[in-house]
Parts: sequence; structure tokens; C-alpha cells
Amino acid sequence: MSAAAESSFAAGFAWAIARDVRLAWRHPGEALLVIAFFTLVASLFPLGVGAERELLERIGPGVIWVCALLAAFVSLPALFSSDYADGSLEQMTLSPHPMPGWVSGKIAAHWAISGLPLTVLAPLLGLQYALSADTLVALVCALALGTPVLSLLGAACSALTLGARGGGMLLALLALPLFIPVLVFGAGAAEAQAAGQSSAAHLSLLAAGLILAAIALPSAVCAAIRIALD
Amino acid sequence: MRGANGSGKTTLLRCVVGLTRADAGEVLWNGKGTRAKPRAFNAALLFAGHLAGINDDLSAEENLASALALRAVAATPDELRAALAQVGLDKPRHLPARRLSAGQRRRIGLARLILDPAPLWTLDEPLSALDEAGERLFGQLLERHLARGGLALLSTHHELACAPARELRLGA
Repeated sequence: MSAAAESSFAAGFAWAIARDVRLAWRHPGEALLVIAFFTLVASLFPLGVGAERELLERIGPGVIWVCALLAAFVSLPALFSSDYADGSLEQMTLSPHPMPGWVSGKIAAHWAISGLPLTVLAPLLGLQYALSADTLVALVCALALGTPVLSLLGAACSALTLGARGGGMLLALLALPLFIPVLVFGAGAAEAQAAGQSSAAHLSLLAAGLILAAIALPSAVCAAIRIALD
Repeated sequence: MRGANGSGKTTLLRCVVGLTRADAGEVLWNGKGTRAKPRAFNAALLFAGHLAGINDDLSAEENLASALALRAVAATPDELRAALAQVGLDKPRHLPARRLSAGQRRRIGLARLILDPAPLWTLDEPLSALDEAGERLFGQLLERHLARGGLALLSTHHELACAPARELRLGA
């Protein structure tokens, strides 16, 4: 007979993040492939468009942001669908831990696997685009604030398409338009810095978006999961 | 709960645990509606549906530990091992669940029943894919659970080792 432990938001969050990171670690190739693919794409652009300094500085932040956005997107379908298929999602829904806790944990794990590595790699990618140190700092800050928003928005879309036929296509139609504001302000931050202006306005908007998304979207994901299981 | 295929056993179970919204009526737990305070009800509830909730990439031991942590039940590694040994999964406990047979996967669920102190079991066809020894073990666990004052709502086509207090027959 075992003792009952505490059920709380934090316990559910920790449970989900530990489980999903461990599962990703079981097949490191899958996560690494996504990161490697988009790192390569970002590295191929300078070779493709030529080594003109002004041109590279101009397109660099945008290309790196599009790569981060697509990396977040391609790992989205797996976020809930395998747990949905094997019944784990039912067990999670019936857990005494509050639902937003483990949902947020799964989203955080998605970010740790897709957004975080690209944020860390961004300075290296930026060097190939001859970005200045200030611009690189703005780019990394923007990615650190913006990629969690991508994971949050993507999770809501992923939960909404659970169990739907042709879910992948539907997910692209739902998620990619929602990613656009993040892309605009994210790439805008680095561009403003490169143009000699302050990136503070863009970063503040991204931070506000992150706070709003982190508060509102986990509940939306919970509602979508309940509908999918009904 | 007994009834022909398609008579609604699974639907009723899912309504009771709150996964499916009932068209009419409500579920009461200790006199209170479970919709209003689902967490208190969930804490008392152990549900095992058609889908076992077992992840293929995790081992039997990890699956069991993960399921218990999700239910906020603290179990030491020794307790986990003892429970897995009791259900006959001592040797393959480090194998990924994808390498286990259907019956062995069911036995991970039996190990959950051993360690989880939940007073209410809701089990959908708990005996499917189990061999005779597994059925006997389930019968023992069910008797122990009932002797402790536990409740169990289960759907089955098999004969149960202990006589149910009440049999619910669902017509198609």
C-alpha cells in the first residue's frame, strides 16, 4: 500500500516535462533531425543568395525566424496525438493534478525540444549573415520570448485537430496564420536593431504576447482535449 | 456490468468517470456532483479503459512509475519492483513496452491496481488478453480491494472469481 503524494499544478507540470523530455531523449535522432534540418536550411541561404553583406544583413533575422517557426511547427503533430492514440491522454485528464499543470508541462517540453535549441544556435547562424553583436543579442532575446509563444499557439491548434482526419493539413492551416504576428515582431526586433533603432518596443510586445499566451492558452488546450476525448 | 457488444458498457463507464458528457443525469460522488469538483473525484478514481495508457517507448517499470506519479501516488522503487514481480513482470521490467505481449501489457495495469489506493475502480474489460493465472490474480486483487471497503465498477464478459454485489445488464 503506498502513500498518497501531493497533487498540485507544479507536480503535474514537473511530471509532464520530465516524461516528454525523457521520451524525446529515447529517440534523440528525431528531435536532432528537425534542428539539424533547419540549421542547414539557414546555412544554405547565404550560399544561395550570394555573399553580399547588405543583402545578408537584411534577410538574416527573417530567415532564422522562419526556420525557428517551421521547426516549432513540424514537431507539433506529435505533441498530443501519440498520447491520444495509446490512451495516456485519458489517464492524464483523469489525474488529480490540475489539467493546466500537465498541459503547460507538455508545452514547455515541446519548447525545450524545438524552440530552445534554435534560440541557442541562433548566434552561430547569425554570424553567417554578418549580423552585428547588438543585432545578435536582439535576435536571441526575440527568439527566447517568441518561440514559447509558438509552442503555446501550436499546442492549442494541435489539441483542436486531435482525432480529425487529415489533421496534419488542418494543423498547418490553423497554426501557420497564427504564427505570423510572432514572426513579424520577432524578426522586426532584430531588424530595428540592425537599422540603428531600439528593439525594445518589439521585445516588449513579444513579452506581452508571451504572458497573455501563457495565461490563456493552456486552458484553451484543456478545453480542446476534453472535446477530443468526449 | 454485462451486455452484448454495442450495448453501451464503455459509454456508461466513460460517462461515470467524466470523459464523456452524459446527455441527461449526473454522477454523484459522496453526495456531490462530480462535474463541479472533478479533482476530488479524480483523486478517488482509478480508470482503465480500452486503451491501456501504456507508452511503447517506456519500459514496464517506467510506465508503472509514470502512471502512479500521474495519480499522485508515491511508490518507492522497491514497491514498484515487488508489484511487478507479483504480476510476473520481474524479468522483462526493463524492456520497452512495445516488446511486451498484449497480456503482459495488461499485467502492467494489474501492478497499478496493487499499488494505487484509489477507493473506486472503473475498469473496462479488465480480463481481456489475460491468461488463467492473470484472471486468478485479478480476482484476488478485486477481493482484497472490496475487503478494504473499495468500490469497483467493471464491464466484463468473463465469470468473476468473487460474486458481484450487483449485476447491471445493459440491453442493446
